[in-house]
Amino acid sequence: MLISMNWISEFTDLDGVDIKELINRFTLSTAEVEDIYEMGNNIKDVVVGRIIEVNDHPNSHKLHLVKVDIGSEVVEVVCGAPNVYVGALVPFAKLGGRVGDLEIKEVSIAGVVSRGMCCSEKELGISDDHSGIMIIEENYPLGTDIKEFMQLEDIVFEVDNKSLTNRPDLWGHYGIAREIAALNKRQLKPLELVDSSLYKDLAPIDLRVDDNQKTYRFSCITMDNIRKKKSPINMRIRLTYCGMRPINLLADLTNYLMLEMGQPMHAYDNRKVKDIRVKTFSEPFEFLTLDGVSRKIDTNTLMICDSNEPIGIAGIMGGELSSIADDTTSVLLECANFDATSIRKSATRLGLRTDASARYEKTLDPEMTVTAIERFMKLLKDIDPGVKVTSCLTDSYVKRFKDIVVDFDKAYVDKYTGIDISSDMMEETLTALGFKVERNGDAFSVRVPSWRATKDVTIKADIVEEITRIYGYDNFDAYSTKSLLSPIRHSVERDNEYKIKTMLSYKYDMNEVHSYIWYETKINKELGIKTEPNIRIINSVTAENDTIRSTIIPSLLGFVYKNADNYPEMGIYEIGRVVAGLKEDGLCNERKRLGVVIASKMLSEKEVFFKLKEAIEYLILSIKNIAPAFSENNIYKKYNYVHPVNSSSIHLKAQEIGYMSVLNPIIRDNIDKKLNVAFAEIDIYDMEKTDAAVLEYKEVSKYPGVTVDLSLLMDKEIRYETLSGYIDLYPCRYLDKYYLVDIFEDEKLLPGKKSVTVRFEFVSMERTLEGHEVQNMVEGLLAVLKNKNIELR
Amino acid sequence: MIKDKGLKLGGTTMLSSLRMKAFLLKQYFLGGLSMTENLDKIKKQFYEELNAVNSKTELEKIRVSFLGKKGLVTEQLKNLRNLSPEEKKTAGMKVNSLKNEIEQAIVNYQTTLREKEYLQEIENAERYDYTIPTRRDAGTLHPITIVQKQIEDIFKTMGFIIEDGLEIQTEYNNFETVNIPKDHPARDMQDTYYLENGQLLKTHTSAAQNTIMRKYGAPKKGEPLKVLFPGRCFRNENIDASHENTFFQLEGMMIGDDISISNLIYFMKVLLSEVFERDVKVRLRPGFFPFVEPGFELDINCAICSGRGCPTCKNSGWLELLPCGMIHPNVLQMGGIDPDRYTGFAFGLGLTRLAMMKYNIKDIRLFNSGNLKQLKQFTR
Repeated sequence: MLISMNWISEFTDLDGVDIKELINRFTLSTAEVEDIYEMGNNIKDVVVGRIIEVNDHPNSHKLHLVKVDIGSEVVEVVCGAPNVYVGALVPFAKLGGRVGDLEIKEVSIAGVVSRGMCCSEKELGISDDHSGIMIIEENYPLGTDIKEFMQLEDIVFEVDNKSLTNRPDLWGHYGIAREIAALNKRQLKPLELVDSSLYKDLAPIDLRVDDNQKTYRFSCITMDNIRKKKSPINMRIRLTYCGMRPINLLADLTNYLMLEMGQPMHAYDNRKVKDIRVKTFSEPFEFLTLDGVSRKIDTNTLMICDSNEPIGIAGIMGGELSSIADDTTSVLLECANFDATSIRKSATRLGLRTDASARYEKTLDPEMTVTAIERFMKLLKDIDPGVKVTSCLTDSYVKRFKDIVVDFDKAYVDKYTGIDISSDMMEETLTALGFKVERNGDAFSVRVPSWRATKDVTIKADIVEEITRIYGYDNFDAYSTKSLLSPIRHSVERDNEYKIKTMLSYKYDMNEVHSYIWYETKINKELGIKTEPNIRIINSVTAENDTIRSTIIPSLLGFVYKNADNYPEMGIYEIGRVVAGLKEDGLCNERKRLGVVIASKMLSEKEVFFKLKEAIEYLILSIKNIAPAFSENNIYKKYNYVHPVNSSSIHLKAQEIGYMSVLNPIIRDNIDKKLNVAFAEIDIYDMEKTDAAVLEYKEVSKYPGVTVDLSLLMDKEIRYETLSGYIDLYPCRYLDKYYLVDIFEDEKLLPGKKSVTVRFEFVSMERTLEGHEVQNMVEGLLAVLKNKNIELR
Repeated sequence: MIKDKGLKLGGTTMLSSLRMKAFLLKQYFLGGLSMTENLDKIKKQFYEELNAVNSKTELEKIRVSFLGKKGLVTEQLKNLRNLSPEEKKTAGMKVNSLKNEIEQAIVNYQTTLREKEYLQEIENAERYDYTIPTRRDAGTLHPITIVQKQIEDIFKTMGFIIEDGLEIQTEYNNFETVNIPKDHPARDMQDTYYLENGQLLKTHTSAAQNTIMRKYGAPKKGEPLKVLFPGRCFRNENIDASHENTFFQLEGMMIGDDISISNLIYFMKVLLSEVFERDVKVRLRPGFFPFVEPGFELDINCAICSGRGCPTCKNSGWLELLPCGMIHPNVLQMGGIDPDRYTGFAFGLGLTRLAMMKYNIKDIRLFNSGNLKQLKQFTR
């Protein structure tokens, strides 16, 4: 919103005030100022001149040669305006003067010397009227600088509308002036009004509010004999400077009032209106608004009607047919207050957000309507003294806001602020802002002014804000709390997340990615990935991606697909959320999952699988100090990208925490036939159900151990886990540990078999083992294995 | 010196010490030279031969020829038995002293030789090209993770607990508990992703406030509750270079029996100075957010122009950074914390925006793109 300092100065004295500093304070105490414009600086040496002669230009049909009397001399200029006539008073820019970016110099136009310029309103920056030169309507002595009667010089600042959303009182100059008066510790002048009670004996308007939910108050009056059509120049300048286009006197006045008081108004041509009904309709219909657009009105939209004929959309825009015409001399003036939410929703549905609706959305003060009408009457009568009021002020006050009184004491404010603001200063601030203060020492009882009581100020904490913002946050002492020291409760889970990320990124060279919480339907379709039905978003702007994912893997496979052309080797992972259906209480079963995918064109599929397994095992072991176990599963039945054979569940003790798999070739070929892909998904919440095993230090033997490598020949199908199960069965007190060294397979040399080399380490805590002792143990072990059809190779 | 004598001396040395032995033997039996004279000759001979030595093998041969079983010095020792006890004593000392001297000289010479060998090895070593690149394609963390971790670590040092909330929330948690009533524009359908079961994708991290207050309860006397809760948030809007429907925020709050606006200003200044690694100036302006009262917009002084004014800060010298304020009494009340006894402040920070500032990222779509060409750059 644009604010004119000239306008403000009508309501509070700004003499001797540093305006720039004031605007900075305003930002810190009230609302953010985004820009400051200095107006009128670029107009210099423009004076009143009278056209005393108009001749045709010898070389042009459009141009005229004009003689202008500016008091001290008569100047000859070339002028292109069509509306020049002898006797007209015009703003004339003298040689050496300035009009906007134009410096006035002696120039030759189409062969004739021109020594000055007659100016249009647009050239002076006071409207967008460029149809001809401006005609000065009142008599001023020739040679008078136009700045003496035109308020061209002004400082206009732009307030960020967003910072005013909770301040309905600041949507007009008068409210801003109240803030500025408080900041300057100066008086706010009362508005000059016409007393409407003078007309109380006139007949009322036939007004009926049928909808008393959406309407708070409806005030109106009629006036006749309005002869003036054009607003005074200084009113037009203010409207232009504040971003509105001057139209005609009545329209300009309603806009002027809205900018001054923040109260929207509407003027109907009184010839078109017999009575006023405020209501909604039971059937939708088309309505022509004054911008010439036909709009569909639904049954929730509040309408202003003449009997049953709609004449305006309440709080948003008037109708075309009842709007002010060139020959309008009689007007019905509406000044109303409507429910904020209703206006906002109607404006949204209509896609029509106007200056009026933007204000109503903020919950305006209904007390304002009558004052605004009285102010309108005052301004109109000053401009056009012949105006006649033809009705009494007709007012239907449907809903009132409650009076709000807040009790508090200084101690409360002190606790909130942490500093000492005196009770006197509090009283002074609140009074300046319009609060009625009753005070007993440090105890306060304050009545909130109506313009702040619609939603903004209701509780003690709101009062603290009023006091502190005017006090100035930059005047606060800042200090730490007086708190005791205590250890913070430490989140192991969060640390684990970072550990997992660090390991995968820095040990396994993977890249962390982030993906969306919903399935990307288009990519899934391209890759042939089928997902199970899951809970959906009902109103997404990207409607095709409406299903919340129940697994993170499709998102990651989509990324593999996107990057496959650029990277023959990839390792990506994400810790993200999924929803595994609904819980019993109907809420989403949100899960935090780790998804990891490795893809390679260099490694075989088997190598990729085991590279992934190593990473998974390593990270679980390092954060839980427990080796995970792996088992068969049939997840492929649920997700078609899972490999039916090479997939395995991951267990942490008794808890299943996830699975890993090779990518099903059907999907793989849709990504890249040559790309070998394996992936794993681990449920972090399930993983965190198991605490990390306590690390136990084991004494090391002082005696040398004996290491024996055994190559064991067995059927190809036997899993390592089966072999180790057999070994574990053999009771052998000196076997310290054993581990896999190598697996050798060769269809020619060992058909149907494989040779598994295991390294056994024997050691005693008490003594050096004798060779024959070790020999006995090995033989005993081999005997056990032989029973299971496993022999020494 | 050693090098000059070269390889050829090996043979001659051996010959000469054998010759010496024969000579001394003859002298002894002829009763010509005295014991002392013999020892002097042996000594002289030893040093001559030692100086010619060029390898460990040669040195060993010398050792054998002087100190071995039949070595020159050993022979002298054997000869002592032929002397009278008195002569034996003085001669014995002399022989032993020579023996020790030779032993020591050999040890010393061994060391010299070893050093020489190392020098040789080093001189002949292959010259490695240390400019050959070795690094594998290193892994990366997501830029959000990097920035989030940095901030979490700073807050941890100030005693903040780090909490984590759900991404899918009830309307109650997302709106009701943070004082956003039914008709508030923030609840309009078009901004929020609603799910079939009436839940929603959380629109701000504040959705976790109530859960956290209830989890920890009213703070103990003098020990404020200090919590930081980062999280992923969602807005139902179309995506472009500066709009994302999925983004990260980070929120913090501190509740206690004496938490004031003054404390808020202090903590913000200290924490933001850490985050931005400079002495940040902060400024508070009134700002409206339903869950705080008073609410503030916090600006920091512009680092680009040092507050003089530049295009980045729109010539104001200040950058709007984060919303904050004193927690609204209604919010405390709903969190089970008595607003008449306790006060608190809360602040929110756009993590995604912060990461964009830190890395000068112009297009917000990078974060959820999965585009490794972009993401692989975030090596720290």
